[in-house]
Amino acid sequence: MNPVYRRRKMVNRTIMAASLLASAFGVIWLFLILLTLVTKGVPALSLDVFTERTRMSGGGLGNAILGSLIMTALATLGGTIIGIAAGTWLAEYGGRSRLANLIRFINDVLLSAPSIIIGLYIYAVVVLPMGHFSGWAGVAALMVIIIPVVIRSTEDMLLLVPNSLREAAAALGAHRWLIVLKVCYSGAKAGITTGVLLGCARISGETAPLLFTALNTNQWNFFNMGSEMPNLPMVLYQNMTINSFIPSQVALAWAGALILTAAVLILNILARVSAARTQK
Amino acid sequence: MTTGSSATPQAAEGDRMQKLSASAHERAALRRNGIVDRVFELTTRGSALMVLLLLGTITGSLVLAGWPALSELGLSFFTEDRWAANVNRFGALPAIYGTLVTSLIAIAIAIPVSLGIAIFLTEICPPKMRRTIGTMIELLAGVPSIIYGMWGMEVLAPFLQSHFPSVFPAGTGLTTAGLILAIMIIPFITAVTRDVMNTVPPIMRESAYGLGCTTWEVVRHVIFPSVKAGMLGGVILGLGRALGETMAVTFVIGNNLFLNPTVTGQGTSIAALIANQFSEADGLQRSALLLLGLVLFLITFAVLALARFMLRRMDRRAP
Repeated sequence: MNPVYRRRKMVNRTIMAASLLASAFGVIWLFLILLTLVTKGVPALSLDVFTERTRMSGGGLGNAILGSLIMTALATLGGTIIGIAAGTWLAEYGGRSRLANLIRFINDVLLSAPSIIIGLYIYAVVVLPMGHFSGWAGVAALMVIIIPVVIRSTEDMLLLVPNSLREAAAALGAHRWLIVLKVCYSGAKAGITTGVLLGCARISGETAPLLFTALNTNQWNFFNMGSEMPNLPMVLYQNMTINSFIPSQVALAWAGALILTAAVLILNILARVSAARTQK
Repeated sequence: MTTGSSATPQAAEGDRMQKLSASAHERAALRRNGIVDRVFELTTRGSALMVLLLLGTITGSLVLAGWPALSELGLSFFTEDRWAANVNRFGALPAIYGTLVTSLIAIAIAIPVSLGIAIFLTEICPPKMRRTIGTMIELLAGVPSIIYGMWGMEVLAPFLQSHFPSVFPAGTGLTTAGLILAIMIIPFITAVTRDVMNTVPPIMRESAYGLGCTTWEVVRHVIFPSVKAGMLGGVILGLGRALGETMAVTFVIGNNLFLNPTVTGQGTSIAALIANQFSEADGLQRSALLLLGLVLFLITFAVLALARFMLRRMDRRAP
């Protein structure tokens, strides 16, 4: 064979093998992490983990799981309402105007802003004036994180609704708000749901913004949003750092890590299922 | 004439006018809808403006809260080589150094791997597996960062310590943090690279193959040149993520608050320092930490803005 051909084929084969290796390298971490979570987390799982509150030693994670659920649900609810409204304005009214472009740009930047900065921000504007850490501050921090995610997916999904549908509704005499509510939203529903689920998955695992907003407590907290709120990520953090000399706390942290990761990955997969349904 | 019911021409005329003009009821409905329209637009516009308000208040509150530290410490904040709260010396240098070094290590590892995965996914992966592998990589992005931190501390750091004791005497350190960050940002860079590579029209690919190019030559000479800006945008986006990552880094960086200008030694990063000290900080220390937060925010804002600028140029060109 011509040496030039041979060299080109060699180079091609090497690079393709390298990219195959890179893919294996990329995927293997997921399995390694899941493997660690299962081997360390499953032995520590028991019914007590879900029903008992956190204690200095022993106990469970019940109050932390409840607190995380409450804060995530409230933040998702608030963030969804504001995010969908803002995304609607960008897609339906803002168009290519300078203001809309500026908002889009800022939103894109906030989308990947460090979450610890959001924690500091809420500390400065909510915790300091109130004088103490609170569940509301945690909800506010999580909301600031989810809003850009929802805005982005709402706008993207509304832009996919063909204009002819809007025009047809307008020709039948529908007003603009009715068109948006009845025509555009029903077309973009599945996509917006995907965005909300992805955002919810993201905030349910966030730790950094809760460090100085909701903080943590060993007590049960049923909807007393004005006081410190126990939450799963903070329990993991404290058990792995300041309490790491107590073996039972570390074991409990791994059980919590398994629960948290399972919840987040299930939300991610649900979001993908919802997205796959849209594409059909 | 269809108005058979009217006896006189005048009555027929009046009848028609009534049919053409809106009744009082219909006019009220129109007015009501008009008001709803305005209210709807104003509400949504108000929500959109909240984004600007957020950016303004984030910057404003950090500047206000960090101002006491800046006026007290002045330039020494950026030149002091240690962060020692007990003697009131607050130097941001170790944290800034650690942030930059870990992020650069992460980027250096993540770029070739992400490019490889993107090439694999767009060019050589059988379509059936494409979805599965793509999803697995994306799930990696969904794993919460605290899980990466715990895994890095309990699995990766001991592994490095026992297998490479000369390079990683403690297991933790800047390179360990960089490695964890690389694993975390690979999915982001891969997703952007794959998406921009998919925007290259198939006809360009096919004509290159028709000329006898190998897959690598098609990727190197046809695809890469046309998506360069987008790929760079993705890399910078990943860099932005790495700079601000907190929990994963806090566990494995070693939390050494003195400047240690090596690459494998223990150090700290801006985010890790804030996470470790903020809840017990007070007075000048708290203000200094908030100032540090402002520095991090400005750095990531600049980096992310650059990434978005490059990706937007890509969007405009994509079909």
